[in-house]
Amino acid sequence: MTAVVTGIGVVAPNGLGTDDYWKATCAGVDGIGPVRRFDASTYPARLAGEVPGFEASEHLPSRLLPQTDHMTRLALVAADWALADAGVDRDPEAAFERGVITASSVGGFEFVQRELQALWTKGSEYVSAYQSFAWFYAVNTGQISIRNGLKGPSGVVVSEQAGGLDAVAQARRLLRKGSKLLVSGGVDGSICPWGWVAQLSGGRVSTSDDPETAYLPFDERAAGHVPAEGGAILVVEDGEAARERGVAKVYGEIAGYAATFDPKPGIGRPPTLVRAIRAALADAGTEPGEVDVVFADAAAVPELDRVEAEAITEVFGAHGVPVTAPKTMTGRLYAGGGPVDVAAALLSIRDKVIPPTTRSRPVPGYHLDLVTGQARGVAVRTALVLARGHGGFNSALVVGAPRNDTTGRSWEKQCRTRS
Amino acid sequence: MSDAQLTLDDLRRVLLEGSGTDEDVDLGGDILDTTFEELGYDSLALLETAARISREYRIELDDDAATAEMTPRELLDLLNAAAPRP
Repeated sequence: MTAVVTGIGVVAPNGLGTDDYWKATCAGVDGIGPVRRFDASTYPARLAGEVPGFEASEHLPSRLLPQTDHMTRLALVAADWALADAGVDRDPEAAFERGVITASSVGGFEFVQRELQALWTKGSEYVSAYQSFAWFYAVNTGQISIRNGLKGPSGVVVSEQAGGLDAVAQARRLLRKGSKLLVSGGVDGSICPWGWVAQLSGGRVSTSDDPETAYLPFDERAAGHVPAEGGAILVVEDGEAARERGVAKVYGEIAGYAATFDPKPGIGRPPTLVRAIRAALADAGTEPGEVDVVFADAAAVPELDRVEAEAITEVFGAHGVPVTAPKTMTGRLYAGGGPVDVAAALLSIRDKVIPPTTRSRPVPGYHLDLVTGQARGVAVRTALVLARGHGGFNSALVVGAPRNDTTGRSWEKQCRTRS
Repeated sequence: MSDAQLTLDDLRRVLLEGSGTDEDVDLGGDILDTTFEELGYDSLALLETAARISREYRIELDDDAATAEMTPRELLDLLNAAAPRP
């Protein structure tokens, strides 16, 4: 069984839609700026990555608007685009072979805050009936399922910022169990006062007002991250079923995966990211020397940066593999971050290019070959994507080039590099 | 609400405000005898509609009084016969 990706839909702070995201990402164009979704001027953190130019009513029927949080609307549109990209039509006969697995970190906080404010200020009769589900972790999965008639095994994975990779891995597991197609990935975001204070309480959010220095992973100046909204939805199919469906293009394969959980802090046992990397490579049957690029978690918290750099150099050697963190252009998308990096890895394979890490100057002692400045032309066949979640989650996912790609088709190259 | 009767247009407005409408449904058409289910509204949409009508028109209404199996004509009859809220 191979799990192949046949459709991608990206909604990111530096691009609405896969093409816009990828062009911006290869060119080093960022989407970080002052918070606009609410007045954050009195909060300790005031920068965010917000998806530009998104008007939900241009993409969705009014029937869906009163019952959806902003991040669910983004997810529905990303799913529409991913399914269209994969050439998947609504098919009642295949409904039970097709499911939805997304990741979430908090749910629809902007929606629930509005309704709770109505409860406190006006009374219970002013609370929307849709409050009964619109803020759930699983709401994006449910809405994507209903809108597209996908009735196979479905669910949500909640493992903070590692969740997006864990969801794609769960999709792969369900393909092994007989499903033919999964809509997977994650779109997340809670840029509202309630979501904001929850993120601040984790102590990892940057309080800088300067987009140039607010999110600098692997840099001496690293002081937390910029929270952001968005994510990516992927169509993941059984390779054989995709061929039978007559799929025109395959971006690549979800070739390997592993997840570990860190020991309790302060008990002296080492962190376990390195074990996740080794186990994911083993699951893919891939040697470290075959990996062409690592998409790093890039926490921008000095201790976490050090742990990740040590894990990468332990497996790949000092300066042993190109490492990049295009999320420096978007901020951290929480459960949406991993899937966007998977999308970027697949597009790196397609266009033979590694997008850059912007602004960071890596600490020499980390011994990382961080791709900085501009995109680097590399014939990527295998990529490793890392994601970590608050509380000890570590996930590693191996993305591979399409196998037996004998179509000879040359992709339109969207990234221009000077290297 | 003893004299002013709720009309189909009132109901249309409340439906739109509370639950929107599907792409392929013409709410402005002849819908009096089409069930809410056929118009794309589920039980939750009817719960939301009933709650909005109850608070806006001061009508006493049980939570489960309006169902997706009803038609707009049946719901309007029910609403116009209902007692005003105390």
